[in-house]
Amino acid sequence: MARVVVDVMLKPEILDPQGQAVAGALPRFGVTGVTQVRVGKRIEIDFAGEPDLDQARLIADRLLANPVIETYTVRVEDEAGRARPEPSPAGAAA
Amino acid sequence: MSIVVGVVTFPGSLDDRDAVRAVRRCGGTAVRLWHADDTLHGVDAVILPGGFSYGDYLRCGAIARFAPVMETIADAARGGMPVLGICNGFQILCEAHLLPGALVRNEHLHFRTRDQRLRIGSVASAWTNAFAPGQEVVIPVKNGEGRYVADAKTLDELEAEDRVIARYVGGNPNGSLRDIAGIRNEAGNVVGLMPHPEHAVEELTGPSVDGQGFFHSLFRHLAGAGAVAAR
Repeated sequence: MARVVVDVMLKPEILDPQGQAVAGALPRFGVTGVTQVRVGKRIEIDFAGEPDLDQARLIADRLLANPVIETYTVRVEDEAGRARPEPSPAGAAA
Repeated sequence: MSIVVGVVTFPGSLDDRDAVRAVRRCGGTAVRLWHADDTLHGVDAVILPGGFSYGDYLRCGAIARFAPVMETIADAARGGMPVLGICNGFQILCEAHLLPGALVRNEHLHFRTRDQRLRIGSVASAWTNAFAPGQEVVIPVKNGEGRYVADAKTLDELEAEDRVIARYVGGNPNGSLRDIAGIRNEAGNVVGLMPHPEHAVEELTGPSVDGQGFFHSLFRHLAGAGAVAAR
C-alpha cells in the first residue's frame, strides 16, 4: 500500500486550549503527573502507485497545515503501519 | 449610480443574505456571487460573509481559499478592489494570505455570541473611513474560532503601521492577541473583521446601527476613488 502519513501540530508557541481541556480531564480518572497535552492531526494519504513524498509535501504545505500556526511532518508508512526509514523533513514549516 | 457589492456564497455560508440585506439597506446594490464561478460580474467590491464554509473542515477557511471565485478575488484585491471578510470571511482572507496571521480556537473553547463593544482603530481603510479614530461601536460577535494570533513581529508591525481597524473593549470574547477584532492590509482595501457589522444595521434586529459605518465607508471610498479618476 502506498500510504503517506502527515502529522500536523500547532507550533509550540500557539496556545492549544483543546490539549489543555484534555489535560484537565485526566485527574478525573486518576491520572496525575502529566504536565502537558497537545492535540494535532494525523492525515493518511493513499497513492495509486508508489508513495509520492513530493506530492504529499505539496499537499501538506498548501492545504493540510497553515505555516502561520502549524508545523508538519511527512513520512511513508509500510503495510504494518511502521514508518519506513526514509528521510523526511522533520517539522518542515514553510 | 449605485455601488455594486458582490457577496460570495460558499457551501456552508450563513450570513450571506444578511450581508446582501445590509448592503441594500445602506443604499448599495448587492449581487450574489457563487463560490464555483470564477467571475465577479463587474462588482465594485466583495464581501466574504460569515458562516462555516465547507463545514469548517480541516481549518476554518482552509478549503474555501481554493474555491474558483477566491482566485479571482485575490487578484482583484491585489489590484485594489475593496474586500471585506466578516468572521469566516476573515478566516478565509488569512488562509489566502491576503491578511497576515490566523484565527484559532477561542481560548476558553466556548462559542461566544454577544453584543460586543469595539474601539475603532485605523480609519485609513476602504471599510472604516466613515468612523472617527477611537470611536466606540457595538457590533455582535459570534464565533468559536475567532482568536486572532500572529507572531510578535507581525503584531508589532500591524500596530506600528496602524493596521488594526478594531479592538475588543469591555472584555475580550475569545482571547484574541492584543484584543484584535479586525485588521487591514497595507493598502487598506482588504479588511478582516471577526464581529458582524451586517447584524447591526437596523434598530429592529440589531443592538445598534453602528454596522452601517462599514458600508457607508465603502461607498465613500468608492465615490472618492471615482472623483479622483474623473479628474
